[in-house]
Amino acid sequence: MAPEVNSRSRRAFIRNAGGVSFLIATGTWFTTKSEVLRNRNESTSIGSWVTVAPDGQITILNPAAEMGQGSMTALAIIIAEEMDANWKDVRIENSPIEPDTYGLQWGGQLGGPMITVGSRTVRGYYHALRLAGAQIRKCFVQAAAIKWNTDASEIETRESIAFHTSSEKQLTYGEIASFMEVPESLPSVSENDLKKVEDFSMIGSVVHRYDIPGKVNGTAQYAIDIRVPGMQYAMISRSPVYGARPELDNEDEVRTMDGISHIVTLSHGIGVVGESFEKCLAAKRALKITWSQGNKADGYDSRVAFDEYMQLADGSQMGESITELGDVHKAFSEASKEYHTVFRNDFVYHAQMEPLNAVVSVASDGKSAEAWYGSQAPDRARDAIATELGIAFEDVTVHNCFLGGGFGRRSMSDYVVEATQISEKIKAPVKLVWTREDDVQYGAFRPISLQSMSASVNQKGELTGWKYRIVGTGDGLLASGARVPYYSIPNKMVDLHSIDHGVRTKHWRSVGHGPNKYAIEAFIDQIARDQKTDPFKFRKRLLATSPRELKVLEKVAEMCNWTSAVPEGRGRGMAFAERSGALVAGVAEISVDKETGKIKVHQFWCAMDAGLVVQPDNAIAQLEGGIILGLSSALHESITFSGGVVQQSNFHNYSIARISDTPENIDIHIIPSQENPAGVGEASTPVVGAAIANAFLDLTGKPLTHMPFTPDRVKMILG
Amino acid sequence: MYALEKSTVSFKLNGKEVHAKIDNQSILLWTLRDQFALTGTKFSCGMSQCGACTIHLDGKAIRSCTLPTSAVKGKSVTTIEGLNHEVGTRLKEAWINEQVPQCGYCQPGQIMQASALLQENDNPSREDIIEHMEGVLCRCGAYYRIIKAIQSSTKTAYHGSRSE
Ligand code: FES
Ligand code: FES
Repeated sequence: MAPEVNSRSRRAFIRNAGGVSFLIATGTWFTTKSEVLRNRNESTSIGSWVTVAPDGQITILNPAAEMGQGSMTALAIIIAEEMDANWKDVRIENSPIEPDTYGLQWGGQLGGPMITVGSRTVRGYYHALRLAGAQIRKCFVQAAAIKWNTDASEIETRESIAFHTSSEKQLTYGEIASFMEVPESLPSVSENDLKKVEDFSMIGSVVHRYDIPGKVNGTAQYAIDIRVPGMQYAMISRSPVYGARPELDNEDEVRTMDGISHIVTLSHGIGVVGESFEKCLAAKRALKITWSQGNKADGYDSRVAFDEYMQLADGSQMGESITELGDVHKAFSEASKEYHTVFRNDFVYHAQMEPLNAVVSVASDGKSAEAWYGSQAPDRARDAIATELGIAFEDVTVHNCFLGGGFGRRSMSDYVVEATQISEKIKAPVKLVWTREDDVQYGAFRPISLQSMSASVNQKGELTGWKYRIVGTGDGLLASGARVPYYSIPNKMVDLHSIDHGVRTKHWRSVGHGPNKYAIEAFIDQIARDQKTDPFKFRKRLLATSPRELKVLEKVAEMCNWTSAVPEGRGRGMAFAERSGALVAGVAEISVDKETGKIKVHQFWCAMDAGLVVQPDNAIAQLEGGIILGLSSALHESITFSGGVVQQSNFHNYSIARISDTPENIDIHIIPSQENPAGVGEASTPVVGAAIANAFLDLTGKPLTHMPFTPDRVKMILG
Repeated sequence: MYALEKSTVSFKLNGKEVHAKIDNQSILLWTLRDQFALTGTKFSCGMSQCGACTIHLDGKAIRSCTLPTSAVKGKSVTTIEGLNHEVGTRLKEAWINEQVPQCGYCQPGQIMQASALLQENDNPSREDIIEHMEGVLCRCGAYYRIIKAIQSSTKTAYHGSRSE
């Protein structure tokens, strides 16, 4: 028994009627669980990553969530590049949810969580998929060599064709796939077998995204578009105060409403099930629910919370240490001047355009389930379904669809669990749809926070001490982006106080980098201007020992012609940030309407060094989108709580950037590099708030210390 | 509960005569998605605030999430799936050339809205475009490319780029 399993587990590709399928794996792959799964999968040829059919069609599986960041195409390009595949022959399909095979460890080894967060996909898979592509290419070369009775070194490949260099002979990959012998394992490859960067034909050039045509003609499928036989709609009225339990006062009345089949009581709300969206909405509106008291969030007021934060910020009690370098107290005691500013950041909502939803079909015996959703963590959501039903995860079949935006919200599985609970209760498939109001009011937000910044400067105008205390809610979410290792300040102390208010917080594109980089970079401009030093020069000095960062800053200054005169009525501001290894500098040029208090961003320049960029045009699109998102959060977005309840409900009172907010010019430059790829998806968002605030300071001489910079706040500042 | 009045409504959908079963709660967006499997028209806000559900009603861009299905009786409805006239084709092509969509969820609505503009005014200024597109949200922030794609879809720009 055992030897058979061993020999099977070494087999790295499969021959079947459809051609050959390549199972990509690293040494860590052969866990017991994987063997079981693989043995089961071999017969059906699931578990393959790349399949080459005799007609030449190449199917490459996509292991990551596609939520607009384009990695579905980028990952396939990495494989196709090293394989020397003809891109025209490539089709991309979503991989099954099999983390041991398709997931990714944070260190870049295959086999790990299938989570799409933190801009980790392309940079994480890059090396493993290049090696895999090279291995597959080698298989074709070896097979052709055997066929032609020649040495593999005499064979070249290009666009899915193997050529014999000294004769006219050639074979397509499809032809080779139809006779290729199945070896025990994939041939080994090393870094030396990989292409040189200058030989890339796809990585680093513009390849159109695979998913775009379907997103233009309306055929792209999101979970909300799924319809399965016997499916009903479901909607939930959730607790207005987080944690409250429902008691339904008019069940009989709602149950008999037209088109309604079930009322389901959940721990945090009441679900209504019916034949259509409209029926469910009417029933949901008719529900009369009494909510339990005694919840942690009862009475929570987010505006008042800032007062509590202020006391902690001013207090002597140290919070969790984020950075400690040198002797800050000494630096301040010897300072020739001290600076102090407090910044505030409101709660921010994800507002992905596709509201949360899921289709779940639990078998009537409760022993298996099938689910369709768009998740940034489809494996976790699958496991949550299994846990909910008390079954093994192998008995849950998942279809991860396109995500109509994620931004961090879709790495939670709450909506999938809800659909599971309802389907289990009614013993039929359901499509659970959150209305926009549900999505806003039961949101999990980028946390509210306060940044208390102090700095000391010596006689020469150099920053000598840096004291930075973050107070807010959401623990680790508050800390990301708080460190500034690239700025040479000899004495630094950063600490964090987090208070639990009983309301939900979550990662939001670039996480704490949004609020923290805003506070850091806006504070630096305040100091620089007071020191009568140009903010660009001031930063240059701070980056004296960080050449890569410095280059990015200098690039953006060159792009916007920093030293040139700013047009009348405009202000210009600069900011720098790193996120997921990407280095970004941005400059905003703004004007302010003094009557209305409206800030208008006219131009935005952005330079990025993210190492080698696999898909430059897509990276530019990500940076553009990240700038608009950053602008949106800086100018518009604010969630407030009163009495523990979210005060906003839809886009009429939670405004986000519209097309009129788009700068007339967005100029982006990617610094050429052969360094390892860094994460691009969140890179530009963190610099926007500070670039705008600094442009405002340049224009008006007044600092903006509370994000968002809404017209009301701006008017108050301008007096 | 009062009984809802059920009826059938006939209208033209993407050029074909169709009949939908409705009652007085029926909303066009859901009728299109559920009865005709036209899921390119999206739900997002449900209150005419975001434009994801934009369709054409007798050639005009309309939000379908708040429109009673009964209101389209005898009229002509076009969805993204049926947007095949010259302007629509130009726009779809430009959307691919400019690589506009990110998550893509808002894009059918963007294209439907843009198409109504170009059918009325084939040479819109940047201001015209912004004014006309203001009601359609894109959370991925693809606005910069949306503007570029519309500008490159005007008859002059399109044919100009072809003849090069
Ligand atoms: S869904 Fe109709 S306008 Fe938002
Ligand atoms: S492309 Fe994602 S909302 Fe517009």
